[in-house]
Amino acid sequence: MSPFLLTLRLAAVTTAWLLVLGTPLAWWLSRTRTRWKAPLEAVVALPLVLPPTVLGFYLLLALAPQGPVGRTWAALGGEPLVFSFAGLVVGSVLYSLPFVVQPLQASFETIGRAPLEAAATLGAGPLDRFWSVALPLARRGALTAAVLGFAHTVGEFGVVLMLGGNIPGRTRVVSIAIYNRVEALDYAAAHRLSLLLVGLSFATLLVVYGTGRGLRWRASR
Amino acid sequence: MGTCARTGVRGTGLRAVLGVLVPVLALLASEAARAATVRVAAAASVEPALAEIGPAFERATGHRLEVIGGATGKLTTQVIQGAPFDVLLAADAEHPEILEKQGLAVAGSRVSYARGRLVLWSPHGGKNLGAGTLRAGRFAHLAIADPATAPYGAAAVAVLRELRVYDALAPKLVLGESVGQTFAFVKSGAAELGFVALSQVARESGGSRWLVPEELHPPLVHQAVLLSRAKDDAAALAFLRFLAGDGAKATLRRFGYSLP
Repeated sequence: MSPFLLTLRLAAVTTAWLLVLGTPLAWWLSRTRTRWKAPLEAVVALPLVLPPTVLGFYLLLALAPQGPVGRTWAALGGEPLVFSFAGLVVGSVLYSLPFVVQPLQASFETIGRAPLEAAATLGAGPLDRFWSVALPLARRGALTAAVLGFAHTVGEFGVVLMLGGNIPGRTRVVSIAIYNRVEALDYAAAHRLSLLLVGLSFATLLVVYGTGRGLRWRASR
Repeated sequence: MGTCARTGVRGTGLRAVLGVLVPVLALLASEAARAATVRVAAAASVEPALAEIGPAFERATGHRLEVIGGATGKLTTQVIQGAPFDVLLAADAEHPEILEKQGLAVAGSRVSYARGRLVLWSPHGGKNLGAGTLRAGRFAHLAIADPATAPYGAAAVAVLRELRVYDALAPKLVLGESVGQTFAFVKSGAAELGFVALSQVARESGGSRWLVPEELHPPLVHQAVLLSRAKDDAAALAFLRFLAGDGAKATLRRFGYSLP
């Protein structure tokens, strides 16, 4: 698979996982009153401030066959996670987590209690309230979350550099391919891939700004 | 009144900025005044030996040594792009030659300072590594350095081709961006084994190794070259002299290099 298609596939798979995992987490964070809320929010936001190399370094050690995660994974019969597409998905989910959880949480929070309490008095259970009231009201936040998660994963470099092993078709994503081409003085190929990325990024943002009021996290009403 | 208050805040801000800026600029000026620093771009494979040669050079001459490590090809690219290096310690002869041809290195300053050896290495002891290991292919990952930029990676590919196992093993190859990252991949256990430089594992007591016969790949002749910006730099010239001296040679030998 070409680096470009591989990048799109990684971003798509990562975004799907992030929406599945991030939505309940964001919902819970928006409702909870536990004193663990602040520490948990800080953990979710860590990838925003940490150098990706730090994340990549610890993932390399954790996912290695002798590492804590890698050993458990192998015991369950999984293929090695390091230097694999699956490993990149794990890394990308962590790396892009705040970009999905934060807009979702913000839009859940702006819904307020009133619509949910109204639904409850009409006899809707917790799950029904979430599916029929909260999620539709937070749809703009969900769109923002999906676009940001996707775009941030497309732009990923440091984590993949540490964890991927630069394998054509499996872990050589477009950002790594560009880096390789520049280092090998093949500027023509670097230009081709880079311009493709500029075009893709612009088109993505154009869709977002064109269809809605843009990437405004806290204005989902 | 509002304007007044804002001006006041701005005044304080300016003073704070100057308070930070002036010492920083002073520090930069003193940095520039300290002339005798040699900035050496060194192939990742040479870094372990350089970690010993460097302090010895500093003690002997009073100059300071700064080492920037990486794959030879990447360092060469950086020189072409104008990186402020004084000396390049390459892990091959091709890249110094390119720089000389482009006028970025001082003509006639190229010198072969060592010849390196390629090793197939695993951090686990008691393994009988050899060509048979590669033919059997009973491993998930074989780490090599990126052959496009790292001489030890190119040598590893040459060995795999010579043994006619390259196509079979290609799906298992993991590329480090330099032989330094390649060694880290193997040492951390992420890849079971890999082709690294003998100089990297010279100090490793454990693990298993196969010293790859030199007939299997083009010789890893390592050349040093004086870069054009350091043409008349006394400290850079002193470093190249020191590298050719007996002390540095003894260190290189201890790291497994053979000397020309």
